[in-house]
Amino acid sequence: MMLELVHVVSVSAVLLCMGLAGIVLNRRNIIAILMCLELVLLSVNLNLVGASYFWGEVEGQVLSFFILTVAAAELAIGLAIVTLFYRNKKTIEIDAAGMMRG
Amino acid sequence: MIQYLLFWLFAGGMLGGAGLIVLGRNPMVGVLGMLLTFVHAAALFILLGAEFLGLLMIMVYVGAIAVMFLFVLMTIDLDFGTLREGFAPYLPLGLLLVLALAAELLVAVYASGLPKEVMIVNGDDVQNIVQLGRVLFTDYVVPFQTAGLILLTAMIGAIVLTHRPRSDVRRQDVGMQIFRAKVDAMVKVSPAVGAGVKPVHWTPKSVAKKAKKS
Repeated sequence: MMLELVHVVSVSAVLLCMGLAGIVLNRRNIIAILMCLELVLLSVNLNLVGASYFWGEVEGQVLSFFILTVAAAELAIGLAIVTLFYRNKKTIEIDAAGMMRG
Repeated sequence: MIQYLLFWLFAGGMLGGAGLIVLGRNPMVGVLGMLLTFVHAAALFILLGAEFLGLLMIMVYVGAIAVMFLFVLMTIDLDFGTLREGFAPYLPLGLLLVLALAAELLVAVYASGLPKEVMIVNGDDVQNIVQLGRVLFTDYVVPFQTAGLILLTAMIGAIVLTHRPRSDVRRQDVGMQIFRAKVDAMVKVSPAVGAGVKPVHWTPKSVAKKAKKS
């Protein structure tokens, strides 16, 4: 039994679908949606790292590095918005976000 | 062989953690599931020859992002149980779509001609971090700098969004301290010999002015 790229990519596909299912299941909770978004980004990272290993190129890891950066930035802003949203609305339900100005 | 077994071990741990995130009723359980997921993902990365990214993953996700989630969860005082109600009407359709997507992806992956084994074995003598640095600081130097700018923007954005001026905090007013004059702070008396100095009840001019204004 040898490890093939197909295994890596299928695990990553399952992870992507779990992230999407989490977004559907936790439709009202912003924090859970952010966590599931991280799962989706992680699956992309896993894809890139697997491909970079099997093709012997390091470029995939460089792209994964940039995705990591963007994920961290997105999460910092997202959690700041969640904090602000909670301060204004006293809830983190998505349905409570009905107005453009906070 | 050992790589194959380890891969499925870590992949199972990762998917289990993802299941905790997706199905956990309490978001605190979700954060712990996130720790599980990312530690296993880091192990997978190291297994796939990306040591630097694996360690970076632990530092960024477990060290920073999970702690940030915990921080926000602790700050927010909310009953999370009620947030899960009311998704029943959308559940079957959503799950159907996600399962269909999963099936499509798996069929596509297995039908595609992905390489069965490692194509080029290079850099056995060169460390992963050296290889990464060679590419990152030459071909990708502009995206690298842009990544730094993105992080700076995110930092400034997060601070600007959450910062609020607080009125209940006593602050040092440096201007007032610097412009304090001698006449504000001192009273000269010339007591008679043997009479001593009477206690003086006296308010400085600046304080008196402020009191008159308000």
